[in-house]
Order: sequence, then C-alpha cells, then structure tokens
Amino acid sequence: MPPNSRPGDAVFASVDRVNAELFTLTYGAIVRQLLTDFEEVDEVNKQLDTMGYNIGIRLIDDFLAKANITRCSDFRETAETIVKVGFKMFLGVTGTVANWNTDNTECSLILDDNPLVDFVELPETCQGLYYCNILCGVIRGALEMVSMRTEVKFVKDVLRGDDVFEIRLKLLEQVPEEYPYKDDE
Amino acid sequence: MAREVAESCIDSINLELVHTYATRLHPTKPELAARRIEAIGFQVGLQLAERYTKERPRFGDHLEAIKFICKDFWAEVFKKQIDNLKTNHRGVFVLQDNRFRWLTRFSLDAPTSGNGTSSSEANQANSARASQAAGQYLYFPCGLIRGALTNFGVPCAVSAEVSALPACSFIVRIKG
Repeated sequence: MPPNSRPGDAVFASVDRVNAELFTLTYGAIVRQLLTDFEEVDEVNKQLDTMGYNIGIRLIDDFLAKANITRCSDFRETAETIVKVGFKMFLGVTGTVANWNTDNTECSLILDDNPLVDFVELPETCQGLYYCNILCGVIRGALEMVSMRTEVKFVKDVLRGDDVFEIRLKLLEQVPEEYPYKDDE
Repeated sequence: MAREVAESCIDSINLELVHTYATRLHPTKPELAARRIEAIGFQVGLQLAERYTKERPRFGDHLEAIKFICKDFWAEVFKKQIDNLKTNHRGVFVLQDNRFRWLTRFSLDAPTSGNGTSSSEANQANSARASQAAGQYLYFPCGLIRGALTNFGVPCAVSAEVSALPACSFIVRIKG
C-alpha cells in the first residue's frame, strides 16, 4: 500500500462515478424480489452471497487494474487494503479492521455505513436477513481469484440494531499460485 | 453533495441480475426470467420517478410525461438524453437511444463463420445473435420506463428492440 494515509481517495476520484441512488434502489429492488421468490430468509442470504461471489470474481480484475496497489505481504495487509482501498474505490466509503485472532487469520471489517442501506428499513418479517450479504460474496469471490480461500459473514448489522456493520473474515487456506505456463514457453 | 459510487457497481449489479434470473434461477423459462427482471426495473422506476419529480408540478398530458422520460429522467440515469422520439399519435411512442449506455460495453464471443456463407449472411446471423443476447439486458430498462410512467399516471406496456449495437429503441404503448 502506498505510504499515503488515505490511499483509496485518489482511486475513487479517478474512476467513473455515478449518483448512488440508482445503485441503492436497484439493489433494494433485487432483495425485495428475492424475498418474494424465496420466502425463506436464509435462502435469500445465500442468493445474495452467490450474486456477490459472481461479481467479486470479475471485479477483482477491475480493482487490480485501477487501484494502484502493490502485492500485499500478509493477510493483515490484505484486510487493510479491502477496507481502505476496495470499499472506497467501489462504494465510496472506508472502514476499519479490528478484532484479529492470535495467528492473524481472522479479523473483522467494520463499516459505519454503506450506500446499500440508504433509505432502507427492514420490516419485522425480515428477521434473519443480512441485507448487505452481497458484500460477503464479493469479498470471498475477489480473494479467491488471488489465491485465498476465505469464509466471510456478517456478525453485526446496523439494520438489525447494531451500532456498526461488522463482517467477519476468516482465511481458510492460501492456495499456492500455480502458473499455467512455464517461463520459457 | 449526493453520495456517489463507482459506475462499475451499476454495471456489475445489472450483469449479475440478468445472470441470476436468466441463467441460474430460470434457465428453461426465459419469459419468467424476463418478467422478474422487468419487475425489479419497474420498482426502481417507480421510486426514481418519485424522487426526480418531487419539486415539479404534475404533467399536463402523456406527451409531457414521455418528454420528461426522454430528457430529464434519461439524463439522470444514463447521462445522456434519448436521441429521437416518434409517435403515431395513437398512443404509441418510440424512444430511440443511438448509444445506450448499458450496451456500449456489450460484446459477443467471436462468431463461428462457416465457409459456405457469404459475409453478409454471416453478418446478419451475427447481428441477430447479438440482438437476442443484448435483449436480456433491456428487460430492466423497460421496467424502469414503465415504472416511471406508472408513477406519472400513464399506464403502459414497454418493449425494446435492438437494431445495431449499441443503439436500441424502447416502444411505449399507452393503455386505455
């Protein structure tokens, strides 16, 4: 990561941006439709996670191409890069990393707010829904493309009355990189 | 200042929306997938129209509402206006966008050109294939337009046609 303390700001300023309203309302309408289609809230959480995964595996290319970052030396740096550069570049918000376990394989990504939840209030019937669950899938998909198998899930959600959004990120396995071609081919 | 997100967020969510409904959830029922995607667009159109018109008086007639879609609404959502508006004066309006933003980055796998076919035939086949594939990405904007017009008290049906990418037309048929 560059020495600059707000590395995501320059990146966000450089990408094409749009008013968040269309994005926020589109995401809300998708969640609403999924709730109608599936009834089971757990299944909706799963669908959102899958959608996120499919987005993440493509979005990582965009991120690596534009984010102007160097290779992360360890998982701690990876987590910092996600909240400081990744969230900023796409969603325009930054978060913090907290609650590391002792062997540095598990941490929490904390967001005070994010554009997905603007204008959103969950009705009583949506208990158990992790409204922003798509974000977990995006992170999981993106990390998988850079050789990290992870488990990503929400543990705190402002829409459920918590003070922040907290995403628990757990590194399961660092897959050794295998190059498809030999150097001399 | 209004909150902003990267435009790639919009592109990603639209792409994945179509993929989810058309490929993953309803692979054998294209009409059902189309209805679901259109319904999501409709919901968004309703809400956007509400927000965009908070400060202005009601529209005097259908044409005025349609013109608002072509100019203000399109500019807000797609950063340009509709290029051409035609009507038969009997409730059918054709809104043509010569460079529809969500189709500008649309591409297909290279066509498999058989040796026996002339290039114009191959071109025709290819453009038909492209139109069909691009069509999936137009259910959502069709819903957007229908949702916005419904909010303005103009009940209608909206369909889309792709002529030559990235141009497309939206056909609004006013009901009743």
